[in-house]
Amino acid sequence: MGMGLVQVAVTLAIIMLLVKPVGTYLVAVFDYGSGRTKLDRWFGWAEKPLYRLAGIKEEENMGWKGYLKAMLLTNFIMLVIMYAILRLQKYLPLNPDGIGNMPPAQAFNTAVSFMTNTNWQSYSGENALSYFSQMAAITFPMFTSAATGFAVAIAFIRGISGKSDALGNFYVDLVRAVTRVFLPLSFAAALFLVFQGVPQTIYGAITATTLEGGRQTITRGLVASLESIKHLGTNGGGWFGTNAAHPFENPTPLTNLVHIVSMMLLPTALVYAFGLMIRNKRQGWAVFGAMSFIFVAMLALVMASEYRGVPALDAAGIHGNMEGKEVRFGIAESSLFTAVTTAATTGSVNNMHESLTPLGGLVPLAEMMLNNVFGGKGVGLLNGLLYAILAVFICGLLVGRTPEFLGKKIEGKEIKLASIALLVHPFIILAPTALALLTPQAVASISNAGMHGLSEVLYAFTSGAANNGSAFGGLNANTDFYNVGIGLVMLVGRYVSIIAMLGIAGSLAVKKTVPQGMGTLRTDTGLFTGILIMIIIVIGALTFLPALALGPIAEHLAMP
Amino acid sequence: MKAFMTAFRISALLLVLCGILYPLATTGAAQLLFPKQAEGSLIHVGSVPAGSELLAQETASPGRFQPRASMAKYDPTASSGSNRAVGTKDYVEETLAKASDWRKQNPGLAEMPADLVTASGSGFDPDLSPEAAKAQIPRISKASGIPADELTKLVDRLTKGRQLGLFGEPRVNVNALNLELSKRTP
Repeated sequence: MGMGLVQVAVTLAIIMLLVKPVGTYLVAVFDYGSGRTKLDRWFGWAEKPLYRLAGIKEEENMGWKGYLKAMLLTNFIMLVIMYAILRLQKYLPLNPDGIGNMPPAQAFNTAVSFMTNTNWQSYSGENALSYFSQMAAITFPMFTSAATGFAVAIAFIRGISGKSDALGNFYVDLVRAVTRVFLPLSFAAALFLVFQGVPQTIYGAITATTLEGGRQTITRGLVASLESIKHLGTNGGGWFGTNAAHPFENPTPLTNLVHIVSMMLLPTALVYAFGLMIRNKRQGWAVFGAMSFIFVAMLALVMASEYRGVPALDAAGIHGNMEGKEVRFGIAESSLFTAVTTAATTGSVNNMHESLTPLGGLVPLAEMMLNNVFGGKGVGLLNGLLYAILAVFICGLLVGRTPEFLGKKIEGKEIKLASIALLVHPFIILAPTALALLTPQAVASISNAGMHGLSEVLYAFTSGAANNGSAFGGLNANTDFYNVGIGLVMLVGRYVSIIAMLGIAGSLAVKKTVPQGMGTLRTDTGLFTGILIMIIIVIGALTFLPALALGPIAEHLAMP
Repeated sequence: MKAFMTAFRISALLLVLCGILYPLATTGAAQLLFPKQAEGSLIHVGSVPAGSELLAQETASPGRFQPRASMAKYDPTASSGSNRAVGTKDYVEETLAKASDWRKQNPGLAEMPADLVTASGSGFDPDLSPEAAKAQIPRISKASGIPADELTKLVDRLTKGRQLGLFGEPRVNVNALNLELSKRTP
């Protein structure tokens, strides 16, 4: 346990050291500025032809409605292309293992899953996708869905810190996120992964004669190029069914480190970038502090719980919970991965979450329910700011001050939009879970009986709503009910909050900035960080405690 | 319509860039720099592929090191963890039964390493903890006739420490162990 704590501390220190430089770089990436910047010179040669061929007017600055329209249209077109590729993969090139077409409900689920940055998988890649599908219907949206989330978050910040309803140009933000952030980082990370043992080949599976004379079909593919963007873009969908627990996706503790740092790199830096863009670094750190506090508390819970293991087995001399974990990672690196992947809404796993101890399994569930502990590309920051706006409003009501955030008055319209975004999340988790438990066909998919079975279903819809993608893998989710149900939940979970937040940005953008006075509640102080944590916990607990009490908490109390 | 065409064209262009050019360029560079790893770290016996260093294989012989249990039956075309709920009475009973099986086949086992009685996450965990490998030595020695202290030395020699002295857990690769054994007793 001692060495485990040291590893975790060193990993978190590496992440902290990268926050400032990467955050500063992000601000430069999305700075339209006047004249050519250094970055324009470095990346312009690749970007200019894209703008020209696509007919994008770089200088066009969009209002929130225009920005939203361009985003939705582009996402919809990509979704249709992905669906078509999955349905037709048998007839498309690069299919060395002879995989058939994907059925309609599953193809719908998969296309939605990857376009919404969820990466929920009701299939196993090694037997359901051709290499071409893995490239053009999986790796491709891993870039664009992450870039979409990024673009929206940047546009939101421009809105609340700006003076007019000009949120930027969606296409330019989309392209820049790809060319200046994701492509170069993914390429470099992929090569390191191959160096450590991740395959990267266009050749199909190879049949080996094992040391005992048996046969083993070794599936492989263009794995490394998918893995790197999977984590940098907080996507999470694996090439193989068992994701980053598979030795071909995550062969060594060092690849595990790269995966973890990649996941946290951009979501944490974005919070810092937010502080820079609104010219109030303290504000960035205030939000960062609240997110970090919840993250560390969650991490401590899952780690302690996994080291403790099952008491009845511990008494018999079997220490710690190694079910569903890999020896090279052990309990510390597995627990850290679990806390990170659900904080950053990645959803990849390096251990089987279904086999976590009850309280260990509560951690990923709770992080996805809160959905704002750093969070995936952009959207996590949006959710964090949503709670910040709410905190300002509630405090304003309590002490009779005018609610203001960043010098803008928070009024009825903003609170209505924020409430919609906030209430949709529990609704699309709890209502479908209840529906599933009333539907015999859906109940038949549950693999573990009793309280753990409830957690399986609850986890599935929470994962979809939070656009996370991790799973309690025992649930057979490849049925029409879950493919369509979770597909719809993912769509609502992604786009409703984005639409509401862009609406808030558009509304705040045109408001006059009011000077700070005696009546202003400062939002960049330690006090506000504390209030924010309280608000997040109170709202989260009020909403989800009953469901958690019936699932993991009851299971913990009944553990032998 | 103009807006639609713009959105369509940028989608298609990004698909070519991110979905085709990027993975293929990465493949080219990877094959050039690290050809062995890029092909899946294959093991060859003579010229015949005998598996991958990174994937555990089905091992039945008592004279060989046995890898961790696999819910995928060591078949990489269908990777899987056990997805068992660990906080249940059934699970505890089964695990205790597995432990007593191990004790029967491996006399003299005091502490039971947790990785021996649990299924791995991937189904192909290529490693054992050094304790789990050493726990099997009396059985292997009896079945293969290789003296126990030689086997202990072999495990020690092939044990990898934490990476950079810090990350991960100490481990020993089961295929590497068994390759050495098959050189001694085919």
